[in-house]
Amino acid sequence: LSASSGQGRRRRVLAALLALLALPRRAFAQPAVNPAPGVDARMLNTPQGTLQAILQGAEMRKGRVRLELPQIADNGHSVPLLVRVDSPMSDADHVRRIDLVSEKNPVPLIATFFLGPQTGRAEIESRARLNGTQRVTAIAQLSDGSFWFDAADVVVNEAACLDGS
Amino acid sequence: MNARIQVQQEARRGGLVEVRVLIQHPMETGFRYDALGRQTPRNVIYNFECRYGGVEVFRAAMGAGIAANPFLRFFVRARESGTIECRWIDQENVSGSISARVTVTG
Repeated sequence: LSASSGQGRRRRVLAALLALLALPRRAFAQPAVNPAPGVDARMLNTPQGTLQAILQGAEMRKGRVRLELPQIADNGHSVPLLVRVDSPMSDADHVRRIDLVSEKNPVPLIATFFLGPQTGRAEIESRARLNGTQRVTAIAQLSDGSFWFDAADVVVNEAACLDGS
Repeated sequence: MNARIQVQQEARRGGLVEVRVLIQHPMETGFRYDALGRQTPRNVIYNFECRYGGVEVFRAAMGAGIAANPFLRFFVRARESGTIECRWIDQENVSGSISARVTVTG
């Protein structure tokens, strides 16, 4: 009798552990806090604040966007980057904007690109300044309002802000 | 402001035109100090827009995170023969523009 009740307890403990595992996933799905209206992301100095200003409380999902950065950059003064979004770029379904957010730059928002059906293909190449080894995030907003992102890690041997101290 | 634009001269109607623009600009971050210890004020090209036949087709709001002498490569859908015109402005209100002609066939 005592053995079977022990098994029941074990089951209950196991169920509680599984519930704990399920909890964080639900917490992740909650939308980010909406910042004050009219906040210009270019003025913000934290990557989290920048993300909140871009998303305005919406969720972003991984996929559809591809951000290509070199794995290693000798210096951060000019790092080539390429963003590509999987989109037909038609009147009904196109990319509205692409934001590039840096983790370590003093101003996290690198640039915002505004696109439309006339842009033809959602592919943009440019060169960024990066203040050290970090993860860069590209966030694309499609015409239906949904946000998609991709992140790329880059090792920067010499940060762009060293000489400026 | 010196700048260069590279666009293919001919395109098929409905096809894609690749636009490459390179602008000579320091994209001053505002975090640097000169030899006398004075802070160099921030001066970046904060707005760049591309018009094709008078219609805005691409716009970039750039910050200090874009490298000096900004380079941009993007695509435009070819509709009819016309000019692709890029305009930009920096924080000292110095603006520039450059354009290229595209002939659309078919």
